[in-house]
Amino acid sequence: MSRQYRLALVIVSALGLAGGSARADGVIADLSSHLVAITSGFTGASVVLFGATEGGGDVIAVVRGPEHEMTVWRKGKVAGIWVNAESVTFANVPTFYTVAASRPIDEILAPGPAALYRIGTANLKLQAKQPATPETAARFNEALIATQQREGLFAADAGKISFLGGRLFRATIAFPANVPTGTYIVEVFLVRDRDVVSGQTTPLVVSKVGMDAAVSDFATRQSAAYGAIAVLTALVAGWLASLPFRGV
Amino acid sequence: MDIYLPIAEVSLDVFLLLGLGAGVGFLSGVFGVGGGFLLTPLLIFIGVPPAIAVASSANQLVGASLSGVIAHWRRGNVDFKMGFILLIGGIAGSVLGVWLFTWLKRLGQIELTISVCYVLLLGTLGFLMGIESVRALLRQRRPGGLRRKLHQHNWMHGLPLKTRFRKSKLYISALLPIGLGLGVGILSAVLGVGGGFLLVPAMIYTLGMPTQVVPGTSLLQIIFVAASVTFLQAYTNRTVDAVLTIVLLLGGVLGAQFGTRFGTRLRGEQLRFLLALLVLAVAAKLAYDLTVRPPSLFVITTEQT
Repeated sequence: MSRQYRLALVIVSALGLAGGSARADGVIADLSSHLVAITSGFTGASVVLFGATEGGGDVIAVVRGPEHEMTVWRKGKVAGIWVNAESVTFANVPTFYTVAASRPIDEILAPGPAALYRIGTANLKLQAKQPATPETAARFNEALIATQQREGLFAADAGKISFLGGRLFRATIAFPANVPTGTYIVEVFLVRDRDVVSGQTTPLVVSKVGMDAAVSDFATRQSAAYGAIAVLTALVAGWLASLPFRGV
Repeated sequence: MDIYLPIAEVSLDVFLLLGLGAGVGFLSGVFGVGGGFLLTPLLIFIGVPPAIAVASSANQLVGASLSGVIAHWRRGNVDFKMGFILLIGGIAGSVLGVWLFTWLKRLGQIELTISVCYVLLLGTLGFLMGIESVRALLRQRRPGGLRRKLHQHNWMHGLPLKTRFRKSKLYISALLPIGLGLGVGILSAVLGVGGGFLLVPAMIYTLGMPTQVVPGTSLLQIIFVAASVTFLQAYTNRTVDAVLTIVLLLGGVLGAQFGTRFGTRLRGEQLRFLLALLVLAVAAKLAYDLTVRPPSLFVITTEQT
């Protein structure tokens, strides 16, 4: 997280607090659920974002997954087959990123604040780890965004926030079946005169629940015991499988 | 009905997986091979990440080969001494193989290595099996047929550490089975195969073991190598999906039962010819995927932190 961005968040929270106390220029929002539960039959889920504005303006919502280090490989043809040839590693890639707005973003927000609050995939400010040339880094950055969009993890277009009357708004945030787990941040910005005037952040947890969570948690934390149990389970299954052959 | 695989992090149709397990179990019942060499590429085709397909297949093999060994052991067709000497090489090979796997994964070349190795192995194997079965089919039309020399002496019989294997009626250097085990152990870790399809011909033609003790002995060593691979993969790479393994084993149990019954009714050469065609088809599909321009030139790997 860059310093500038952290500063921006502080400003947003301050604006939000000021708005709340003055009960005049604010935005207040919440989610229909703060947990997206991944179960055995998980095929995607959606969460409703709803809220109200005070004193008019447009609303932009940003949903950001936990940040990870990601390596982008470019395939090249070597001796007739496609191999992973070049790579660039980015340090701070959100695993999920989607934006929703009440009107097209470039109509309601100036490029300056959009970059500051990292609104839109073009403003993610991914940092390349290796000493890659700016052109290469930019090319791989673009490829990363395109690939994530194809996977449904980055939104290609901004979603729709609809106003009900003048103040109440709602939007549906859709999560695909391959949604990464972790703690998400939902940021809601109140925009007026092409600038952010207020904001609020809400956490959202995407987590495996039930047996799947137990299995994956166990596999990560107690990998030796998990390995041993995996072997034992297979041995028991194999032994059981051999039983009906008896007497044949 | 979709089932979510917690380690692979993908949702797949549970009946497709059961069917796959059953199909491979059926083949192993018919042909007496573990079926890992078909299971791993097929899992990759249906969307399981290659690294997870390899490790989970190894886990599935533990169960599949145990039931095989029990069946052979009841008929007294397992050479335990030979099995354990093969195993010394096998365990060393699996440690080396998992280390190699981790290294290739870090280089971003593991998926390529898996595909290329499969194309080479399956291509060669399918071709040889095809030729052999066609010859056998032709030979049946002629009365008499050829008689093979039982035993040949060459450089291998000059190696030290000579050991007697009573069950196999052999007196050979222990280095041979150790080396064989080592190679199979590496393959098992990198490709998720038990190596039975390589071990069986090598035991018959290179070591000169009697045919009836070969499948049981090869399966015996595969249990331990696959168990060691499963454990090491789970421990180092966290790529073993237990849910996937259990579903595959369930299907496999059913398939193997049918396969064994069916296998006794068909003629061996015809079966081998069919298997050869299947193996070649899988190799051709993998080779085609390697040479065709991928839909996207970019792929992303996420570091798990």
